[in-house]
Amino acid sequence: METLLNKKSFSINKAIVYAVCIFFALLSIVPFYIMFINATRSTPEIQSGLSLIPSTHLWTNWNVLLDKSFDPFKGFLNSFIVSAGTTISAVYFSALTAYGLVAYNWKLRQPFFSFILCVMMIPAQASAIGFFQFMYQLGWTNNFLPLILPAIASPAVVFFMRQYLLATLSLEIVEATRIDGAGEFYGYNKIILPIMVPALATQAIFVFVASWNNLFTPLILLTQKDKYTLPIMVSLLRGDIYRTEFGSIYLGLSLTVLPLFVFYFLLSRYIIAGVALGGVKE
Amino acid sequence: MRQKGVSYAKYGYIFCLPFVIAFAVFSLYPTLYTAIIGFTDMKGVIPKPIQFLDNPFQNFKDLLFDNASFKKSLYNTGLIWIINFIPQIVLALLLTAWFTNRRLNIKGQGTFKVLLYMPNIITAGTIAVLFSALFAYPMGPVNSFYELVGISESPINFLQDKATARGLVGFIQFWMWYGNTMIILIAGVMGINPTLFEAATIDGASDVQTFFRVTLPILKPILLYVLITSMIGGLQMFDIPQLFLAGGPDNATQTASVFIYNQAFRGTYMYNRAAAASMIMFIIAVVLSLILFYFMRDRDAAELKKAEKKNRKAAKAAAREV
Repeated sequence: METLLNKKSFSINKAIVYAVCIFFALLSIVPFYIMFINATRSTPEIQSGLSLIPSTHLWTNWNVLLDKSFDPFKGFLNSFIVSAGTTISAVYFSALTAYGLVAYNWKLRQPFFSFILCVMMIPAQASAIGFFQFMYQLGWTNNFLPLILPAIASPAVVFFMRQYLLATLSLEIVEATRIDGAGEFYGYNKIILPIMVPALATQAIFVFVASWNNLFTPLILLTQKDKYTLPIMVSLLRGDIYRTEFGSIYLGLSLTVLPLFVFYFLLSRYIIAGVALGGVKE
Repeated sequence: MRQKGVSYAKYGYIFCLPFVIAFAVFSLYPTLYTAIIGFTDMKGVIPKPIQFLDNPFQNFKDLLFDNASFKKSLYNTGLIWIINFIPQIVLALLLTAWFTNRRLNIKGQGTFKVLLYMPNIITAGTIAVLFSALFAYPMGPVNSFYELVGISESPINFLQDKATARGLVGFIQFWMWYGNTMIILIAGVMGINPTLFEAATIDGASDVQTFFRVTLPILKPILLYVLITSMIGGLQMFDIPQLFLAGGPDNATQTASVFIYNQAFRGTYMYNRAAAASMIMFIIAVVLSLILFYFMRDRDAAELKKAEKKNRKAAKAAAREV
């Protein structure tokens, strides 16, 4: 009797657990679902109430959207150039720095690593004013270089790569690269980098997404419309020009979300594993 | 080990050089420059010779004692962070307890994790604009829903109310980050030696007891990591308050970062004041980092000591055997 009661209360508990999980899963989906649906509806339809089925005004919304300074193709291209450049700089040079920290025995190695740990958490806003003034004096505003080059020094990525190398790199491999008389750089590029591909891929995903979503630095540096990245384009949707064009606003938002959705659902396994790894290693 | 033959030590320096140069040019110099601007009278959109103030700390003094707007922005940052963090850590812990409970054995965990983490990967700016459209007045989706369910008869102007606006910014932040925290915590629990849980079960501990007496104490360092990184992230909160309501209504959602942006790049171009505010923020971030660094290092050092002791013991035992 008692065990039966226990069993019953256990299955009730289980039902509550599933209900809560499903509730929060829906909470993640519903705002985006409404966004995609409303992207196909006209403004009067949106204002007349909720709907769960698409309407037929996608094309009208598209035309209104493109009529008024929102250029998703340009934004996509600009964002892609910046994010790809940032990812390559961050991943390549962080791996190089991490290799320098692991494979070679130099005097300042330990202090340099402590230094990297110290600067890992410094917020970008802390240097924003000086950074902007410096770039302004160089004439580098409205240029993608100041958005890409700083990624060469990515302390958090170096930290992760170092952990990875400590776990996987054997010094025999380093010795083997030298036997044929190959230079250190050749050995690094041809032998060490391929070993690091799993770590490079994980970090590349996170650096790419962070750069793709970054608003603050592009917003202070880029003032010309044809240089805008997608997050700045999004800020246009909030402004006066689209005030009453709700269908177009939802469509514009959908266009910025769509590539991220595709990217996420293709790579979600690696992304979740990467997040878990980041927390455990600290 | 590599003392014999050629010394490769110089390559250590060469390989780390690009990092050092990029850091010096794009991070160290701008930070120092920002600090210097904080002591000057640099303002206005047209460049002109700048001068140090007679009282170099004037900008800092003005901000901390006289500038109600800055003080309010710090208060808003703290308040919105708390609104976001408390439910975030509670929910993340609850989900962690459920997902790692073997008796409960939840199906579809992979799918749940993917969905709960999803908002984190979407552009924060997009999410801010999306929510402002969802809560639109008089007729947005949320008002339509309220009407449908019968919660209120007349439409509510959510975004005009200060408490609601702050609450919503906090909620968006919570919604974007609890999945991330949950995955980190689950990974932490997975790393715990399973024999500990088995021992607790054999001793007759309930799930709740096991969670509070075994899991939580072991998770302490990871919880601390989550806390501090969330605080530093919260300090920089910009995209959502800026694009959701541009700091309004009545500056209720103006965070420290939004304040800095508005001072330097909107209207008055008060670079000096913005720089001084940045430095105050920088100092808060450094203090928080140092706390984290101290605790983490302490743990590593303790572990190292333990390992050393073990080695010494083993060496002694080996010596005795010989």
